[in-house]
Amino acid sequence: MYNSPYLRQNTSVRRVMTTVLVAMLPAIAVQSWLFGAALLVQIALASVTALACEALMLALRGRPVAPALTDMSALVTAWLIAVCLPPLLPWWTTVLGTAFALIIGKHLYGGLGQNPFNPAMLAYALLIVSFPALMSQWPGLNVGDFATQMDWVFGGARALDGVTGATPLDALRTGLMTGGDAAAVMRSTAFGHIAGAGWEWVALAWGAGGLLLLALRIITWHVPVAFVAVMSLVSGIASLIDPAQFAGPAFHLLAGGAMMGAFFIATDPVSGATTPRGKLVFAAGIALIAWLIRAFGAYPDGIAFAVLLMNICVPLIDMKTQPPVFGHKNGGAP
Amino acid sequence: MLRKLFSFNGGVKPDPNKGASTREPIARLPLPPQLIIPLHQHIGGTPRPLVKVGDRVLHGQRIGAADGNVSSAVHAPTSGHVVAIEPRLMPHASGLSSMAVVIEPDGQDQRIEREPFDWHAASPGEVRDYLRDAGVVGLGGAVFPSHLKLAPGKAGGTDTLVLNGAECEPFITCDDMLMRSEAEDILRGALVMQKMLAAKQVLVGVEDNKPEAAAALKAAAAALAHASLDVVVVPTRYPAGGAKQLIRVLTGIEVPHGSRSTDYGVQCFNVATALAVWNALEHGEPLTRRIVTVAGNVDRPRNFDVAIGTPIGFVFEHAGLKPDTDKLIMGGPMMGIPLPGVDAPVVKATNCLLASSPALFPPPEPELPCIRCGECARACPADLQPFELYWHSRARNFGRAQEYHLFDCIECGCCAYVCPSHIPLVDYYRYAKSEIWARERDKDAADSARERFEFRNWRAEREKEEKAAKLAARSAAKPAAKPAATDKPPAEGDTAATPAEDPKKALIEAAMARAKAQKEAVAAKNTDTLTPAQQAQVEAAEARRKLAADMVATGDGETTRATATADKPTE
Ligand code: SF4
Ligand code: SF4
Repeated sequence: MYNSPYLRQNTSVRRVMTTVLVAMLPAIAVQSWLFGAALLVQIALASVTALACEALMLALRGRPVAPALTDMSALVTAWLIAVCLPPLLPWWTTVLGTAFALIIGKHLYGGLGQNPFNPAMLAYALLIVSFPALMSQWPGLNVGDFATQMDWVFGGARALDGVTGATPLDALRTGLMTGGDAAAVMRSTAFGHIAGAGWEWVALAWGAGGLLLLALRIITWHVPVAFVAVMSLVSGIASLIDPAQFAGPAFHLLAGGAMMGAFFIATDPVSGATTPRGKLVFAAGIALIAWLIRAFGAYPDGIAFAVLLMNICVPLIDMKTQPPVFGHKNGGAP
Repeated sequence: MLRKLFSFNGGVKPDPNKGASTREPIARLPLPPQLIIPLHQHIGGTPRPLVKVGDRVLHGQRIGAADGNVSSAVHAPTSGHVVAIEPRLMPHASGLSSMAVVIEPDGQDQRIEREPFDWHAASPGEVRDYLRDAGVVGLGGAVFPSHLKLAPGKAGGTDTLVLNGAECEPFITCDDMLMRSEAEDILRGALVMQKMLAAKQVLVGVEDNKPEAAAALKAAAAALAHASLDVVVVPTRYPAGGAKQLIRVLTGIEVPHGSRSTDYGVQCFNVATALAVWNALEHGEPLTRRIVTVAGNVDRPRNFDVAIGTPIGFVFEHAGLKPDTDKLIMGGPMMGIPLPGVDAPVVKATNCLLASSPALFPPPEPELPCIRCGECARACPADLQPFELYWHSRARNFGRAQEYHLFDCIECGCCAYVCPSHIPLVDYYRYAKSEIWARERDKDAADSARERFEFRNWRAEREKEEKAAKLAARSAAKPAAKPAATDKPPAEGDTAATPAEDPKKALIEAAMARAKAQKEAVAAKNTDTLTPAQQAQVEAAEARRKLAADMVATGDGETTRATATADKPTE
């Protein structure tokens, strides 16, 4: 005997997660089209690792394996990890990062819904701290054919320096450090139109997938809008003050993980803020910290650390931003 | 007139499923072989039975009298004989029984003489008493005695009377059908209530998925030509029919949990209640029947005009219950309660009887962990954070659950409806609420026990003090009294020095001595008159017992048994 409501909307965690996976497809397609199919192999690697770790941890924790394994949440984590790692990373690095995310980041905190930190960002942070050199080796447009790429991923052929180009964020950082001028650095050919050859398209594809999530009501507008607004605001002000030192909003929004962060990372329901106002604060905080790291920090792309730092603040943000309950606003007056 | 509507946050749009039961007009259900009329059908005190087993009752006769003012009478829906007054199964999820008058109809449907009641001339107080004795209660499901809500609020009277025709639960259509067929009398009833409340305006809210009902009401309103009466079509969204949600939509006022809408100048009644008021006042008809939607897994879904007390099984028979029905629900699929059985009767609160089948309402999928997606918060019409309530209820952290406004939850089920993790959220809130209530009760009980205890202590203390004071007063008085009492024998003076002590002691000692003597006498009886043979037996037994005890002490059981058997032949 169960109680009301007897009617349920046709929805499930699997449906939500599958929609997120589908929304990631445009960006994955664009990125592997422009930078080579190694990304797809990395996604496969991460997926298998994630599912294996999920099954293992569920079994160890004495939880039913099948329902959790088919809820697709592990795959979402795996794909997010794969897309933010350089696609020519040696296979074991991806496996290590994914296993860390699932085992430490997810299950040691109690599994689905319990993790205070975004598991994909934990993996990214672990790898960039442990293997900074490997993690900065991003390929340029269409570097090597598929076989060569596979050799790099699986064979341990590590003559990467010749083939990997710096990411736009890296290039800007090095350019500025060697006394260059931001505008001049960005005019170099490797930079494409705005934020690096090819990278703008990937960013736009993330944006398109994000709009799909918005349209399907998987995410709300609060996080992406606050993120984009704050990122534009701070980078805009900075570049107005000192254009030689700071890149403008267009660059910051289209370079690196900004768009993915705005629509797919900061919107992670489990580790993010939940109240409407809380989401605004949370996303604004991420944008601000990410910009600070990019402009002044030691790491090229600040999204991962910004997300992890804001994850810490979530309980406080949620507590302080509870919306007024029905009948408890303005003393009930209209 | 174009009226500005307000909206409430949240809400959901489940498939209304209202087509099936509105195809045919309301049908009058025949009388069952037995009517089970619970005495307690409303919020408030349980009515006292006015009949005895064996009595013949008439249609409309009062069989239960309101117990005080917060109560409402019950009546016989037909003529017949009272065959039992006993606890019967109630249409309640708990499966509890409650006192009911069981009537066997005699088929004559003989009415009692209708006492004319000139409500136009009567004072509002008299009208209210009349409605109480006519058993008129809210028919929207909450069954609050209507007369209690028909007094103008203290501060400047009522501004708005809201008539609730926004039947928002899927499947339920009883109000819809009633509005279509009785629109004019419903509005007449509303105007009476408006007069009683001294309300400035009457707003009738109808959801826009009931165009026929809205049209009928509008036509009736035009015919009545009452300037302060307005039929307002509101958007269809569950739970727009919740009183506080409808008040919000129509007036913009948010009535918080725990306060009454009258405090904000608004009073809300269900449309069927307005009709019941009209029928009671104008036709002298007490509330003995109501419209019940029978829907779901039945062959002929329809609205029936049912005598209150009709067993639910009898109603379902007429609608053709399908064989794969797995449970019966009273109310709608969002807030309905599971019925304990088909023997429970239709009561004043029964707006819908819903048959469920696994195909119609599949059992919930297994519960997954909450992913904090916030869907529930977006759907909650009370603007709560349901997942926080869930989390704290589950952790039995009831204090925190209350901080997150657990008691503002109206149990509408929107959150559970949208949850992708299929968490039965409302069940957690019901559990938390009942735990909190139980604790309050325990605390109250403990408090009153403590108070009783403290009072007893205080009284004992006081008596002791009083005694001491008396004693002190007496001993203080003695020196003054002594000279006057010198002529008395000194012995008496001595006893007075240790007041009541010595005689008591002597008495007790005497009593004890008597008891001792008695006991000795009794104890002696047993062995006094023993014959020598008996004496020998006793001694043998005594010796055996001693031997056995020794054996046990040395652990030699074998010998004990041997001795025991050896003894036998001598007996
Ligand atoms: S809808 Fe369900 S899964 Fe989502 S936050 Fe609410 S309780 Fe959690
Ligand atoms: S059942 Fe309670 S918590 Fe859930 S949506 Fe309704 S009012 Fe909100």
